[in-house]
Amino acid sequence: MSRNVKPYGDTRDDGKVQLSFTLPIDWNEAADEAARQLVVKMGFTDVAVAEGRGIASGFSFFVVYASTPVSIDVDTIAAPSAKTQSMSMEEIDAFVRARIGRKIRVAGACIGTDAHTVGIDAILNMKGYKGDYGLERYKEFETFNLGSQVSVEDLAAFVRDEKIDAVLASQVVTQKGSDITNFTALAELLEAEGIREDVLLIAGGPRVTNLLATELGYDAGFGRGTLPSDVAAFVAQRLADRIPA
Amino acid sequence: MSPRVRAGGPCRPDLKIAGMELRIDEGAVDAARGLARGVAGQVGAFIDAHSTVSVERSVLRLLGVDGVGPEDVPLANLFVERLGTGRLHGGAARSIGALVAQTGRTADDVASAIGDGSLEMSLADEAPEEAARRALSSTVARALEGIDRRRQERERLLERFPQTPAPLLYVIVASGNIFEDRTAAVAAAEAGAQIIAVIRSTGQSLLDFVPYGATTEGFGGTYATQENFRIMREALDAVSERLGRYVMLTNYASGLCMPEIATMAALERLDMLLNDSMYGILFRDINMKRTFVDQHFSRMLNARSGIIINTGEDNYLTTADAVEQAPAVLASQFINEAFAHRAGMPDAQIGLGDAYEIDPGLEDGFLFAVAQAQLARQCFPDAPLKYMPPTKHMTGDVFKGHLIDAMFNLTSVMTRQTIHLCGMMTEAIHTPFLGDRALAIENATYVMNTARHFGDEIEFKRDGIVERRAQSVLRDAHALLERVAARGLMESIDAKFFADVKRSPNGGRGFDGVFARGGDYWNPFEEALAGRATAGRA
Repeated sequence: MSRNVKPYGDTRDDGKVQLSFTLPIDWNEAADEAARQLVVKMGFTDVAVAEGRGIASGFSFFVVYASTPVSIDVDTIAAPSAKTQSMSMEEIDAFVRARIGRKIRVAGACIGTDAHTVGIDAILNMKGYKGDYGLERYKEFETFNLGSQVSVEDLAAFVRDEKIDAVLASQVVTQKGSDITNFTALAELLEAEGIREDVLLIAGGPRVTNLLATELGYDAGFGRGTLPSDVAAFVAQRLADRIPA
Repeated sequence: MSPRVRAGGPCRPDLKIAGMELRIDEGAVDAARGLARGVAGQVGAFIDAHSTVSVERSVLRLLGVDGVGPEDVPLANLFVERLGTGRLHGGAARSIGALVAQTGRTADDVASAIGDGSLEMSLADEAPEEAARRALSSTVARALEGIDRRRQERERLLERFPQTPAPLLYVIVASGNIFEDRTAAVAAAEAGAQIIAVIRSTGQSLLDFVPYGATTEGFGGTYATQENFRIMREALDAVSERLGRYVMLTNYASGLCMPEIATMAALERLDMLLNDSMYGILFRDINMKRTFVDQHFSRMLNARSGIIINTGEDNYLTTADAVEQAPAVLASQFINEAFAHRAGMPDAQIGLGDAYEIDPGLEDGFLFAVAQAQLARQCFPDAPLKYMPPTKHMTGDVFKGHLIDAMFNLTSVMTRQTIHLCGMMTEAIHTPFLGDRALAIENATYVMNTARHFGDEIEFKRDGIVERRAQSVLRDAHALLERVAARGLMESIDAKFFADVKRSPNGGRGFDGVFARGGDYWNPFEEALAGRATAGRA
């Protein structure tokens, strides 16, 4: 069975998309035509340059509408979410008491040179995010927020010395792939130190997806809009699953 | 308590317009200002008795020490390291002055010789203090003249190429490569930007030295170096001349090298610097004593060089709830103002910060943002207020982001903010593309033009939502300042009064670079600038 879909403008399978981009050329009518032909070369049909104008000397900006000939079979796509069944803070605490019987030790940090703690703070700080309390407020979580610009070496040492159960590594800056580099370095270091299997390794950040994180060898990835209870529920349930029945 | 009306004045007399006014308790404003002055004064006693390695390195840089020694360590760092504890307490100027007196060579030459080991530091102990002072007197005078010349240059350029009316549109460039940044900055200026900020590489605030030369690699930004400053200034001067309006340049005097950045900025004619009294302490875990001492000397230099500081109150809002943190923003503005005054800065150079970080889902959130922005305008009528765009609630939905930015732009123009950091619809996605910047500037230009005099045409409803909100923020800010004054600023930070972050007086990065001044301590620039600081306050 397959279910092929195309972008939807106003008619099924019209394949309409909207693009906008800048070209490093001065604007004139030929620039509009260059933009049109470029989009044709991308494989689109029915290309209409809706807007083209100079935005600085040597740079022009375009808004283009076009149709794509390709489609995608959505039934072949799998990108499982790390968000498990939704549980409240009280339910999670009760679950940990019943199933794990001790406090879960969680360490979080912005790794590498990243100084943007907004994500990790939203998950860990007592106050939380969007009315959902952070992990520090949970009775059954012992939380260590190591803050910004933590080297992967320091984090790995902390995980080993403090007997951490779950590591939350956060990356907001993604320029030139620095996030991927740092995430990978952490996973490899934990592996090299022989402690990777002892912990739940979790990636977080606005550009992180669960799919990306699992490809990088993480147990889960949490992206934009994640609530602290999403992370807490995942950690509690996954750790419980690891305990032999 | 009888509320009295206080007019919100413009930052420049030639732009005087009546404007809408909130009825706020002027007595509470005066009391808050008085409390903040007291808070800064308590820290002042500590500042006056201490110096830091970065202050001493700034002194060396002002004396002409530039360049790097073995392994690319800046000569200023090498010299301070080799002073040893005993000589350090007297200040770097004493020792380098003595070496200049002994050798007859320039300060830069002497530092270079100390760096490569061809000159012994102990030679400095052989010249009397008077000889050291004499040996540097003309160098000190020349350095101050150099700063004054750069300032006069700016004043002349601003006359020849006047800026268009505030809010001044401010955009960031952040490619990591100074030459790409230059291209982006020129394009942004052509699109209407009046201020260009070169975002620093992530992590530079924690380096205890300033990198050297032109740089082409950085993460999330471009290293602040004196050569990078020069390259950007040159490009912006050329585009200012071409466009007929002066384009300003800004960078970050924050982190462990705060006073050195202020020095380089003075020498290369930057026009603004990010410089907050508590940002590094709270958000970068830099030691508070280091920060307060560094900040004071930085601001003395900024005062002399005519550089407008931008304070960082927006950070309280990006890390916590904007509605709840509003009083902390106002309290911090008063504290930043007090520290700046203490360093001799006039109001026209104190760009106090605020941000439009209100939750877009909050009913009447726009009214709250207007209340806060207008309250700051009235509390600090002569300050070039800096208004920061939405970041926390920006998502991958660029269309909604563009709308939120439009509401921010409207708030800015109607409350007469001065320095307007253009919000990017791609804020949550990437460091801005060239096209993003152009769209952001078009958004701001459109809204500010179509609503240019909106703020002059309307009045706030008596005891309406906006006015009541402003009054409550002022009341709470006053109460917060009372608590801080009672406890002391350092102790208050230790007690998590700001941003819910706890920092202890001797904790954090850079504390080992703070030292007590010896009885023979000498900083020739502080001496010269302090005379002016006193005059500035009078």
